[in-house]
Amino acid sequence: MSMPFGYVSPEQVMKDRADYARKGIARGRAVLVMTYENGILFVAENPSRALHKISEIYDRIGFAAVGKYNEFENLRQAGVRMADLRGYSYDRTDVTGRMLANTYAQILGTIFTTESKPYEVEITVAEVGESPDGDQLYRLTYDGSVADEEGFVVMGGNADTISTSLQEGHNHTLDAGAAMRLAVRALSAGGTNGEERSLTANQLEVATLDRTRPRRKFRRLPVQQLEQLLS
Amino acid sequence: MDALSDGGSLPRALFGPGSSSFADFLSANHPDLLPGRRLEMPPGMTPTVEAPHGTTIVAVAHAGGVVVAGDRRATMGNIIAQRDIEKVFQADEFSAVGIAGTAGIAVELVRLFQVELEHYEKIEGTTLSLEGKANRLSLLIRNNLAMAMQGLAVVPLFAGYDLEADDPAKAGRIFSYDVTGGRYEEHSFHSVGSGSVFARGALKKLYRDDFTEADAILATIHALYDAADDDSATGGPDLTRRIYPVIASVTVEGFRRLANDEVEERTQHVVNERMTSPGGPQAPLN
Repeated sequence: MSMPFGYVSPEQVMKDRADYARKGIARGRAVLVMTYENGILFVAENPSRALHKISEIYDRIGFAAVGKYNEFENLRQAGVRMADLRGYSYDRTDVTGRMLANTYAQILGTIFTTESKPYEVEITVAEVGESPDGDQLYRLTYDGSVADEEGFVVMGGNADTISTSLQEGHNHTLDAGAAMRLAVRALSAGGTNGEERSLTANQLEVATLDRTRPRRKFRRLPVQQLEQLLS
Repeated sequence: MDALSDGGSLPRALFGPGSSSFADFLSANHPDLLPGRRLEMPPGMTPTVEAPHGTTIVAVAHAGGVVVAGDRRATMGNIIAQRDIEKVFQADEFSAVGIAGTAGIAVELVRLFQVELEHYEKIEGTTLSLEGKANRLSLLIRNNLAMAMQGLAVVPLFAGYDLEADDPAKAGRIFSYDVTGGRYEEHSFHSVGSGSVFARGALKKLYRDDFTEADAILATIHALYDAADDDSATGGPDLTRRIYPVIASVTVEGFRRLANDEVEERTQHVVNERMTSPGGPQAPLN
C-alpha cells in the first residue's frame, strides 16, 4: 500500500515536538533546586522582582520552573487551585508533592501528545519533610516524564555545566550560607559559552522551604539577607 | 485544552486565567463544598435539629494593634455542648477572626476564609489589604443568608493590623458583621454573641485611649468574665479544668495566640481581684 501524501511517522512527530520543546527550554536562564540542612533551597537567575520562577504551592510544597512564562504560570496556578481544593476538602496534611507531581505529569503528557504544540517548560515540585529523609524533589519535563531526584535539580540553559559544578560541593548537611554560595558559584559557571560570570544578589530570585518554620515553610529571601549570606 | 477534561485526572476548571478567589472557584466548580450549601433545606422548612452555638467574642484595639478573645463554651439549648470549643482563629499573618453563632457552619466558614486569603496571596503574589479581607468575609457571610434565615446564623468579628494605615497608632482595626453580610467598622472595641451586651458594657467602662497590649488583654478577660457572669451561654474561666479564654493579639509583628500558661496567669489575676470586688474594677464617678 502506498503512503498517503505528506505522511510523517509518529516517531518523527514526537521527535520534532521534543526538539521544539527542548530548544525553547534551553534558551532560558537556569534555575536550581537543592537540599540543604534545613530543607530545600531554590535559586534562580531572574532579575525580575515581580515575575517569579519560584513559588509557593502549599504548606510544605514549592514550585520552580523554566521555559515559557505563560505556560508554567498556568501550571503553577492550576497547582495552587488543586492543592487548596484538596486541603480544604480533606485535610492540610493530605496535600503531597507526589500527588502534585503525578497530576503535572498527566497534564504535560496529555498536552505533549494531543495539542498542536507541547509546553516549552520544565518544572520541579519540591516537598520538605520533617527530617532530611523526607525531602523530595520531582523533576517534570515537557513530555510528562517524572524523575524522583536525589540532592539537587538543575533546569534551563547550560544545565549540564551547572550540574557538574554543583555535583562537586553538594551534600544535604550544608547550612544556608554555604548552600547559597555553592549555588551561586554553580550558576555563575553557566554563562553563555561556559564563561565565568559573577552574579549579584540583585540578579537572583531565592527562596527556601525551611522545615524549622511553622505551618507555611516557604519563604522568599529578601536582597539584604542574600547579600549577607553571600559575603 | 479539551484533552484535559477527558484523559487527565485534572479537570480543565483548574486551568486558565480564572479568579484569584478560592470561594469563587468553589462556587463555580464544587458548590457542594461551600459551607452554606451543604445543609440547604427546602424553602418553608425550619430546622428541627438543635445545633451547638458559640457565644461571646470581644475585640479591643490599642496603640500597637488589636486583641481578640473568646470564651470557650458552646451551648445547645440549655445544654453545654462543649466546654473547650475554640472560637478565635488566625485568619492570616496580620488578622484574626472570632465567631459567634452556629458552631458547625462558623468553623467551616472560617476555614474557607483562611483558604481564601492564602489562595489570593499565592495566586497574586501579594496580600490583600485589610479592607479587602474584611470585604471578602462579608461576601462569605452573605452566601450563608439562606441558612441564617432558617436560624443557623453565623456572626463573625474580624480584626487585624492594617499595614497601610497612615497612623500606626490606629492600625489595629475591628470589623463587625450582620447576618446579611453588612460590614461595619468599629472603633476602640466591640463584642458579638449572646454575652456581648454585658461584655460591651464592661468594655465601655474599662477602655482607655492609652491602652497597651497588656491592658487590652486584661480588659478582654474582664469583659468575658462579666459576660459569663450574666449570660448563661457564655463560659467563665474554668479553674479546675484549666480552661481559659482563647486570646489572640495582632501587632506589626503579626498574629500571636497567647499560650495557655500566659492566659492562666492573667486570668488568675482577674479572678483574685474579683474575690474582693465581684463586679470587677470600679470606675471613678467623676
